[in-house]
Amino acid sequence: MRFSPAARQRLEWVGVHSFAIAAALFFVLPFVFVALTAVMTDQQSLTRDLWPDPFRWHNLIDVWSTPGFGTWWRNTLVYAVGGTVLTLVSSIPVAHALAHFRFRGRKLAMMMVIATMMLPPQVVIIPMYLVWAKQLHLTGTLWPLIVPLAFGDAYSIFLLRQFLVTVPREYLDAAKVDGAGELQVLLRVVLPMCRPAIAAVALFQFFYCWNDYFGPQIYASENPGAWTLSYGLQTFKSAHHTNWNFTMAATLLVMAPVIALFFLAQKAFIEGVTLTGVKG
Amino acid sequence: MSWRRRETLRNIAFLSPWLLGTGLFFLYPLLSTLYFSFTKYNGFSPPTFDGLDNYRYVFGHYPFFWPALRNTLWFVAVMVTLRTVFGMAVGMLVVRLRRGANLFRTVFYAPYLAPPVASTLAFVFLLNPGTGPVNTVLHRLGMPEPGWFNDPTWSKPALTLLALWGIGDLMVIFMASLLDVPKELYEAADLDGAGAWSRFRYVTLPHLRPIVGFSVVTGVIATMQYYTQPIVAGEVASGHIQGSGQQFEPGYPEQSTLTLPQLVYNLGFQRFDIGSACVIALVLFGLSMGFAAVLMRRGSVFLGGDL
Repeated sequence: MRFSPAARQRLEWVGVHSFAIAAALFFVLPFVFVALTAVMTDQQSLTRDLWPDPFRWHNLIDVWSTPGFGTWWRNTLVYAVGGTVLTLVSSIPVAHALAHFRFRGRKLAMMMVIATMMLPPQVVIIPMYLVWAKQLHLTGTLWPLIVPLAFGDAYSIFLLRQFLVTVPREYLDAAKVDGAGELQVLLRVVLPMCRPAIAAVALFQFFYCWNDYFGPQIYASENPGAWTLSYGLQTFKSAHHTNWNFTMAATLLVMAPVIALFFLAQKAFIEGVTLTGVKG
Repeated sequence: MSWRRRETLRNIAFLSPWLLGTGLFFLYPLLSTLYFSFTKYNGFSPPTFDGLDNYRYVFGHYPFFWPALRNTLWFVAVMVTLRTVFGMAVGMLVVRLRRGANLFRTVFYAPYLAPPVASTLAFVFLLNPGTGPVNTVLHRLGMPEPGWFNDPTWSKPALTLLALWGIGDLMVIFMASLLDVPKELYEAADLDGAGAWSRFRYVTLPHLRPIVGFSVVTGVIATMQYYTQPIVAGEVASGHIQGSGQQFEPGYPEQSTLTLPQLVYNLGFQRFDIGSACVIALVLFGLSMGFAAVLMRRGSVFLGGDL
């Protein structure tokens, strides 16, 4: 059967949008079911019911006031904010040097950055743990998670460097002719031109710290006072309640802030992902 | 001070955070891991040299090593492939939308950002065989109800579903590349009377090849690090009680969700067999650096120009 071009276009429109709606259901329904179960009564969450009756909004308040939840929240915020600030401060100069300085071994340094970026954290975890536990006696605190970020983060260095190389040399040279020092060139000329990249890297690092599970599991698990949301949440099902409703309420409360942050900073994110190095 | 020396000092100053970091958090622990792999060490009494014993134990007798490696191959073959195909499909879908493209893009991207522990818990709930909504719906439709995270044949597909849910990053990368396809190519294809399939096969796909390569290589590297989702899923689905004194047997059910990073944790932090844990760490190091080399060899394609 042959369709006229107009009919074909309309058919394609219907087809594409049907697929899009089906896909949207796949991405949205998990959130919906989590939210519905989060407000079920204990009784109901043991059944196969899908719709809460009655809605027990109080579950969210109960979870919020669980002993420890506030501490996990605070620790996560300290880790994510502190980690992001330190990462930026330490990674930007390195990325600047790799992008704009000419020196022997620059290519090798760049390859080392990429290699470090691909290294699973488990490869070096044992000696690192032994140092933090036996020499520094700092396990059970947030220090082992935050301090290493003051020494540059390979992924952030890589992303920043990819963006910094696009700053034309002439701008840097012009500033130097005007008598600016190297640090001033970086702060006054390069950084203002790279705001989107810095925003993207900051967001990525914030999310990385916020979502990190392995680090807190290794370094903080021995002291509940140092747990983060990701680590604490995992203990929720077994330690506090046997029912799914409270676990899902907690899950919802852990997901909500990151999703909200995404809606606020969507543009920076999407730009950041496309910046991850693919030039097709 | 000569100009040359000043320049060297300047380079070192700017690079110093990274130079220190690489030494302290990469080279030192790597050498230390190599050293411990030849010793018997429980973390308390001093390490003693024991030659290749740990290597013999890990490759010959440790019951979890080969299952973990097999699982990793499964994840590379199935999860990485499906993620790439699905990411491409969703990307192609979104660029074709005329209405609501931004809304759909936002909705498709959001799950990627959900903290892995939270999204894993959500999926263990959604797919739990007792009261989970997915099996409830399957039951009402009269379809079979898989055991998902509680059944060794379904646990990896369940993890794959979770991975497909978080496809947002790949979708955006594919979208960016799809928007770059020269319009004239499609017009030329239309003049030649090409159908939808030939348009895809001869115009879209060749254009997307570097992105497919990027997706596969980064997918394989991510699979080498695959840790949080399988360990949390196994622990929660098994009903293991935290702080019960009982040790959680990793890879529940029946080692079907074991991955190599979990073995470092199991040997080093649960069994206090640091020597053997370091052997696994070195295997992991070798594998990931191998794939990193592939990525760098094709550097100009994947990493955007010369280094």
